[in-house]
Amino acid sequence: MLKCTSACAGCSDSLALRYVLKAAGPDTVMVVPACCTSVIQGIYPNTAFNVPVYNIAFGAAAACASGMSNAFRAAGKKTNVIVYAGDGGTLDIGIQAMSGAFERGTDFLYICYDNEAYGNTGMQRSGGTPMGAKTTTTPTGKTDAKKDIDAIIAAHDPPYMATACAAYPQDIFKKVQKALTFRGPTFLHILAPCPPGWRYPTEKSVEIGKLAVKTGMWVLYEREYGKVTIGPQSKAAMKKPLPLEEYLSPQGRFKGIDPKIVEILKQRIAKNYQRLAAEEEASA
Amino acid sequence: MSSARERLAMSRPKEGAAGQTGSWRVFKPVVDREKCNACGLCAMYCPDAAIDKDLNVDLRFCKGCGICANECPKKAIDMVREEK
Repeated sequence: MLKCTSACAGCSDSLALRYVLKAAGPDTVMVVPACCTSVIQGIYPNTAFNVPVYNIAFGAAAACASGMSNAFRAAGKKTNVIVYAGDGGTLDIGIQAMSGAFERGTDFLYICYDNEAYGNTGMQRSGGTPMGAKTTTTPTGKTDAKKDIDAIIAAHDPPYMATACAAYPQDIFKKVQKALTFRGPTFLHILAPCPPGWRYPTEKSVEIGKLAVKTGMWVLYEREYGKVTIGPQSKAAMKKPLPLEEYLSPQGRFKGIDPKIVEILKQRIAKNYQRLAAEEEASA
Repeated sequence: MSSARERLAMSRPKEGAAGQTGSWRVFKPVVDREKCNACGLCAMYCPDAAIDKDLNVDLRFCKGCGICANECPKKAIDMVREEK
């Protein structure tokens, strides 16, 4: 990826993308559905990406990558096929194509960068928006919980899947490199804090990402052939979690959140920790 | 690359594909070399790769988000209001 994209100032998606493309190397093809990343590429006739990019309709990214990957393998090429989709293109609109590609065992890497709303069109609610967060279509705060896409992917039993956070770029680099060594579908879910959408000052992007992991709103783990490994950052957070309010208070989207919802969020975090710890123990 | 390929309406990689985004900036980062211990965290966290290996900020492209100043462990980067 080349310097200067048209991303917003402090965009953690472009931060994550830098490390994804660094890890993937030059022999890579990206498939990008409608999302912020299709904007980041820049304006015709220039593009900020130094690899071929295929821009495709919202719901068709994984299907397109499936065909592309099969064509490359049939031609005897080892080109990496990477889908880089937002949470709308993964959790809501793209889910059926993605599920199909995972079921067929396509050899590709699906990356979902999750800014927890449709950021590109003006922060409308998506399946990834957490409970209590205000968006332009849920002005009083979302009443439903965030969809657990990782559990849905895990049900497809891929060889490798992991979660990452844009605030830990070295971790993203390692996970992308590792995912590309597997043959078959792999999945990476990256939390990408969004300054204009989450309503916090641009310089706090990395800080908020770290707080998400430290408070437990986001858990870093890998699942390799069913074996769960929780990342060291999340291990530390499980032993000594920061209060959730530290993550919620700097963000304008959680302003005036109902204390009852905070309680529900805390319970969900505890439950999530328990579930993952049990899974890790069982698979060890 | 044949000449037929050259005529295709395709985008080509270029630095600064969105123009010189430095003009978006309100506050610019100023590095205090006395305090800086060259850890490189600012370059690692810069979303636009506007900080190079020698930790010089490329002001043509820096959008002035301030992540570098916020993440600097030595507080060696100050955000100073841009004068125009």
